[in-house]
Amino acid sequence: MENVVWIFVSAMVVNNFTLFYFLGLCPFMGVSARVSTALRMGAADIFVLVVTSVCTWILNTFVLAYAPYLRLISFIVVIASVVQIVEMVIKKVSPRLFRELGMFLPLITTNCAILYLAIFQTNRGYGFFEGLAFAVGAGAGLTLALVLMASIRQETEFSSIPAVARGAALVFIIAGALSLAFMGFAGLLSAT
Amino acid sequence: MKRQESAEEVVRGSHCGHAGASAIRIRRTTPGHDLLRGLWRENPVFRQLLGLCPALAVTNTVANSLAMGTATFSVLVGSSLLVSSFKRVIPEAIRLSTYILIIATWVTIADMVMEATVPQVHKALGAFVYLIVVNCMILSRQEAFASRRPVGRSLLDAIGTGSGFILALFLMGAVREVIGYGSFLGHGLFGASYQPWTVMILPPGGFLAIGFLLLAFGWIGLRREARRKAREWSRLAVVKRAA
Repeated sequence: MENVVWIFVSAMVVNNFTLFYFLGLCPFMGVSARVSTALRMGAADIFVLVVTSVCTWILNTFVLAYAPYLRLISFIVVIASVVQIVEMVIKKVSPRLFRELGMFLPLITTNCAILYLAIFQTNRGYGFFEGLAFAVGAGAGLTLALVLMASIRQETEFSSIPAVARGAALVFIIAGALSLAFMGFAGLLSAT
Repeated sequence: MKRQESAEEVVRGSHCGHAGASAIRIRRTTPGHDLLRGLWRENPVFRQLLGLCPALAVTNTVANSLAMGTATFSVLVGSSLLVSSFKRVIPEAIRLSTYILIIATWVTIADMVMEATVPQVHKALGAFVYLIVVNCMILSRQEAFASRRPVGRSLLDAIGTGSGFILALFLMGAVREVIGYGSFLGHGLFGASYQPWTVMILPPGGFLAIGFLLLAFGWIGLRREARRKAREWSRLAVVKRAA
């Protein structure tokens, strides 16, 4: 049990996917203009991560033990189909949410965080519940980074920024500062 | 062929959803332009903000950057070759999945080749070799270029964009290694008294390095623009005086 909690905390803040591994940077740059959008994107991310984690576990246990060279190809196919299924389910169950998420949903397929989760889970040999904790933690970490970034960017909207720093350069430097702050959590790992 | 050459065709080029590459306009171009465009004017990392994840994650030394750049380059060239050769038989509805499968095949090959030939580099790059599959730069070149142009042009475009990617990774790696370790390709630069800025080789350094590089490029661009405007004004003044 302790192990599962630990994996969750580690994936969420200590080794934050966005700020430590640079995963999911595209939505981090693109969808972080408003806090409300960032939250919804984060929710969709968590959902896809969890479903991917379960599928990865099934694949690893029953299929890939016999054909390890098919790993990458099968993972990417699974991710693409999971995203497709999630899209169809949301469209059926809640058309309103589907409209709100709109274009962000299919983009999750090329979000490197999802593939990295599948590979990481395999390399570390996580079991079912460990994988689940890892997925939820990673998703929560992505959401945390997105929401933090969106709140900071909303503040910068009304400040006077020199023309040369507007746009991507500013976002990267803010992300650098955030990443520095998150390095403080590294102490959590060595403390135990 | 008509479809490919319409001047105003706007392609949904980005699968990542940022403004920098939301629309790529296809124009009639020369082969030289196809080759050189990706190097700087449409550099994938610095101009289009594509493929950021490897550009930040594995660029803490020059050697790692070059290895990652070369692997991505080969995957991009191979995928462009296959996609542009088979563009007539790939059904429109499942084209993205087909591209992803083609890319994944090349990445698996690249991964095996690296593991066999340069095991140490392969270990240093870790899972990031696999992540070449989801490098949106590669997918965007397939969707925006290779899927609608002849094989030769697609190869030129892939070589140009791939070289631009290597160049960007090299710049990032050079900045981070020189400041963070005080060395270049493992050779010490500043002697023993240099106090390395360790933060530059840690994750925050990636963000800071690309942030400040973009600042520098933005500054150069603004200055060039200002100079061009000044020149135009002075020309206007001359014309007015003559009149």
